[in-house]
Amino acid sequence: MDERDRQLINRLQHGLPLVRQPWQSVAQELGCAPGEVLDRLHALLEDGVLTRFGPMFDIERVGGAFTLAALTVPEARFDAVAEQLNALPQVAHNYRREHAWNMWFVLACASPEELDATLSRIETLSGLTVLNLPKEHTYHVGLHFPV
Amino acid sequence: MIAPLTQEQMLDLRQCLERGLPRVSRPYDALAEQIGAHHDQVLQQMQHWHEQGLFRRVGLVLNHRALGFVANAMLVLDVPDALVDNVGQRLGRAPGVNLCYQRPRRLPQWRYNLFCMVHGRERAVVEAHIETLLAEHLLNDLPHQVLFSTHAFKQCGGRFAPPPSQVWAHG
Repeated sequence: MDERDRQLINRLQHGLPLVRQPWQSVAQELGCAPGEVLDRLHALLEDGVLTRFGPMFDIERVGGAFTLAALTVPEARFDAVAEQLNALPQVAHNYRREHAWNMWFVLACASPEELDATLSRIETLSGLTVLNLPKEHTYHVGLHFPV
Repeated sequence: MIAPLTQEQMLDLRQCLERGLPRVSRPYDALAEQIGAHHDQVLQQMQHWHEQGLFRRVGLVLNHRALGFVANAMLVLDVPDALVDNVGQRLGRAPGVNLCYQRPRRLPQWRYNLFCMVHGRERAVVEAHIETLLAEHLLNDLPHQVLFSTHAFKQCGGRFAPPPSQVWAHG
């Protein structure tokens, strides 16, 4: 990853203009050819530096449901339970955290019913009680990583 | 006047976009071809969805770990209900706070109702930043904890907007 890749990532975090040839304006801003911008984006996705490029629909505005949840997993079973969860397509993120509640995951489901069913399924699979913490109010969402 | 997409075309378009934006010089032409529409219709629909707030931007999802943002802290606070909006708004505006949400208490197992995500390249820097935030906003006396992540088992690009984090909570 070089300086131009960094410029591109920082620029694209602000979004691509909604126009017919969006790469032209980005390329112009960065002072390179539109083809080069696309090639670099392609490489960054292939390398896994970026995991996605495109519009992200607000799941709650399109009928879906999100939650943040946690489990207290006994150390000996930690990896096995992580595997069980990660196999579920509804699990978007899963992190180990330093706390008695040591496994924290985000569920992204197509409907509130699917969310409830997934929570029950996780309790059945793991034999553990889920701490379900759906958001009640959003004060700020601004994931920005200057690279 | 550009004709709107049919319901079926709208659904098809949403489905195509789940895989991301086509990486070609005229992505909306490519999408239009896939759903049997004109590029102007697709762009009009995208603008409409954007205005309605269905998506914030045509942007990217970073593998923040691959980029060195390995210190991922979830700061949780137990804020009196009457103050949670005030504290949430202030912390949400603070530099370095990527996400800030109110979530329910689950007594007796879980007392914390305000969640902030702070990311950085080094744990010590993130810890110091959180200490500064708490001091600046006079929150040191509130019960709080900082939960660092030590391993990310799964972080998919996701078809939907966060969280992240929620990634970070959202994760």
